[in-house]
Amino acid sequence: MTSFFLNGKSVTVDDDPSTPLLWVIRDSLGLTGTKFGCGMALCGACTVHLDGNAIRSCVAPLSRAAGKHVTTIEGLSSDLSHPLQRAWIEVDVPQCGYCQSGQIMSAAVLLKENPKPTDKDIDEAMSGNICRCGTYSRIRRAIHRAAEIAVEKRAS
Amino acid sequence: MSATSTRTHRRDFLKTSAAIGGGLCIAAYIPELAARPLKNQAAVVPFFIPNAFVRIALDDSVTIIANHSEMGQGIYTSLPMLLNEELEADWSKIKVEAAPVDAAYNHTVFGIQMTGGSTTTPSEWERFRKMGAMARLMLIDAAAQKWSVPASECSVEKGVVVHEASARKATYGSLVAAASQLKPPTDIPLKDPKQFTLIGKPVRRLDTPSKTNGTAQFGLDVRVPGMLFALVARPPVFGGKVVSFDASEALKIKGVRAVEQIPSGVAVIADRFWPAKLGREKLKIAWDDGENAKLSTSQMLADFSKQSASPGTIAKKTGDPSAALASAAKTITAEYDVPYLAHAMMEPLNCVVDLRADSCELWTGTQFETIDRANAAQVAGLPPEKVKVNTTLLGGGFGRRANPASDFVVEAVHVAKVAKAPVKVIWTREDDLAGGWYRPMWHDRFVAGLDAAGNPTAWTHTIVGQSITAGTAFAAYTINKEGVDSTSVEGAADLLYGIPNLQVDLHSPKIGVPVQWWRSVGHSHTGFSVESFFDEVAHAGGKDPYELRRALLANQPRMSAVLNLVAEKAGWGKPLPPGRGRGIATHFSFDSYVAQVIEASVEKDGTVRVHRVICAVDCGRTVNPDIVKAQMEGGIIFGLTAAMKTEITLENGRVQQHNFYAYPMLRMFESPEIEVHIVPSEQSPTGVGEPSVPPVAPALANAIFAATGKRVRRLPIRASDLAGEREVKS
Repeated sequence: MTSFFLNGKSVTVDDDPSTPLLWVIRDSLGLTGTKFGCGMALCGACTVHLDGNAIRSCVAPLSRAAGKHVTTIEGLSSDLSHPLQRAWIEVDVPQCGYCQSGQIMSAAVLLKENPKPTDKDIDEAMSGNICRCGTYSRIRRAIHRAAEIAVEKRAS
Repeated sequence: MSATSTRTHRRDFLKTSAAIGGGLCIAAYIPELAARPLKNQAAVVPFFIPNAFVRIALDDSVTIIANHSEMGQGIYTSLPMLLNEELEADWSKIKVEAAPVDAAYNHTVFGIQMTGGSTTTPSEWERFRKMGAMARLMLIDAAAQKWSVPASECSVEKGVVVHEASARKATYGSLVAAASQLKPPTDIPLKDPKQFTLIGKPVRRLDTPSKTNGTAQFGLDVRVPGMLFALVARPPVFGGKVVSFDASEALKIKGVRAVEQIPSGVAVIADRFWPAKLGREKLKIAWDDGENAKLSTSQMLADFSKQSASPGTIAKKTGDPSAALASAAKTITAEYDVPYLAHAMMEPLNCVVDLRADSCELWTGTQFETIDRANAAQVAGLPPEKVKVNTTLLGGGFGRRANPASDFVVEAVHVAKVAKAPVKVIWTREDDLAGGWYRPMWHDRFVAGLDAAGNPTAWTHTIVGQSITAGTAFAAYTINKEGVDSTSVEGAADLLYGIPNLQVDLHSPKIGVPVQWWRSVGHSHTGFSVESFFDEVAHAGGKDPYELRRALLANQPRMSAVLNLVAEKAGWGKPLPPGRGRGIATHFSFDSYVAQVIEASVEKDGTVRVHRVICAVDCGRTVNPDIVKAQMEGGIIFGLTAAMKTEITLENGRVQQHNFYAYPMLRMFESPEIEVHIVPSEQSPTGVGEPSVPPVAPALANAIFAATGKRVRRLPIRASDLAGEREVKS
């Protein structure tokens, strides 16, 4: 049995501790917003937060999460109110949408650590996330926009 | 699939589809709901269902039934826009639902339920508006009858019927029962486009919120009660067969339930994905590699080049190319190669199957509902109407999920037969990349003759590559009696340039690598080869590549307009920073006109930097200009990945690329600035999903030539071919 916190709630699973966290989240805990793309930490579709850091859950064993806090796309906000979600909707970033959970989770850590990123900062932080539909220019625009929304939110 | 390639057959298709479309207005309804008594039970009528495409509920919500799949191209927004332009419901009440499989949902041109060929908007442009107008007319009639006023005195606004003279109003939801009693009108006039209030506006996509909070459901996310998970070990060589296998180690993995041979390989069935994957790694399988065990890319490259030295079957001939070449002041020749390419959708293939004694239910992201249902039914031993297909969102399609053999669906039904429980078959990235059904390898050889003034007078183009449609049900429409597959020569045989003597011919070698349509199909190689060679012709004749295109497109007003627009926006001819080059390309595909200019530079080590892409498009009237822009942006990134990054190669019959480390995608830091300019048009809408792909590679290759003097004739572009010191041009 392994216990950890998933989006703030304590959960316990009986998966083998070597099972990648991705499959525990998806198959055992039923949260399917986190996606499978490559299984080798090459595409970023499975990005979640482990104690606030972005990790690729397809290569992170369940044992690494024991006792820690895991946040998935479902835990980012309950009502689409996170600045990134608002910006994503404003800019209409997604096409097929499959990679976007991972994109947003990577961007969330970037904005937390760097509230006003430059294009170069965005390129560096987001280059682990592939989008086959080619939404990169909109992701870049939406991250800048989210940074502004966060400032507006704090001011209001 | 290509709209352009089927254009010659379109007239025949249209005859049939006109009959389908005509009958649809009255006959079409949603099959599952058809059994419900809608008449004489007004008090319990839950919905007003005027036709197969829209359902209005008591709470005023409007559900649009989408008969085309959403794979990123935005049709879950643009189809509702078409319908609601005429229905005029409150846009905030619109929901979208995937259609079940039914003849009512067949493609108006292709006659089956499918999504592809950049045809959704062009093919539904009229039907969806009519379906919306039908509903509106019936709702107005229902209100008018209730109020005993002439329908002509009533109007609608945001889902409310209004009779101004008597100041009465009724919401669509309140008219559900009354409208359900009415017969659909036979005469359904449509708005004059000048009255459009929704079409042409950059309306936000309806699916974006669900794609930012994890609730959007893709095939991989489907879960049904009692469902097991399966992975399949497939042969390492295409066409290989299982000789024997030893599952003892696999069965020791906790959670593995069964290991069974199926026609495509060996299935490992488990409680969850992970034990199925671990189990598959423990399988010991002896394979018979079969006749493809010696296939190698280097051999194919040599064979294709050799074959291209002699002309193939004529696809197009005008004038007398041989005589014109013989009398030319100058001739030039060049050969181009492009590799096999995988679609590499971000969501790997998957399919959930619940197979029972007398029914079969599927959940998958597919572009080919009718074909998948028929193929699944055959394997299940059931009539097609006993197979229910639930189309989920697609995590990318690009043609791969429109497989004429329904490979990933058929295989999943085979797994379900042995699993004896509902089962989800999942492909890993390795399975996807090595799994075949690629864009074919192509070789293009050109000879051009120029007159003394440097103008091309003759152009011959020999194409070598596998036919995509040979052996499929589509061959009847795509392959002519001489054996030319129109999808192999599209973008070449229909060259827009005014060159008086032209020949395009084709060799279609049979090779055991499964091939399939890949975003822009044949145009994905002809765009590169034709527009690169045209650039060579311009330089050989001492002409500016833009000016020569302009001159030879004089009789093509729409292409001339996009060409001139892109040149203007790109500042063609204006100085660039040192080291940078500008390349230009045009391409006509899926009935749309696209021109692009790319600014690029090459570093000493041969690394290519793409700085700026300017794109102009004429795709007729735009339903949603922001979605058109998004598709142009996406197609450009897709085209850049193909130009700069990816190839599938074989050695000893084995695919050499197994994950993104060897089949790399363009990433954020390599992604250029993209500007899209849409030419305003009052013509009917044409393709949008694919036409921005073909001009990307040649525009980049031409920019590299402008920057370095080095000509790229093989994709993907290799840094090793471009490395070295050079004079910096300014």
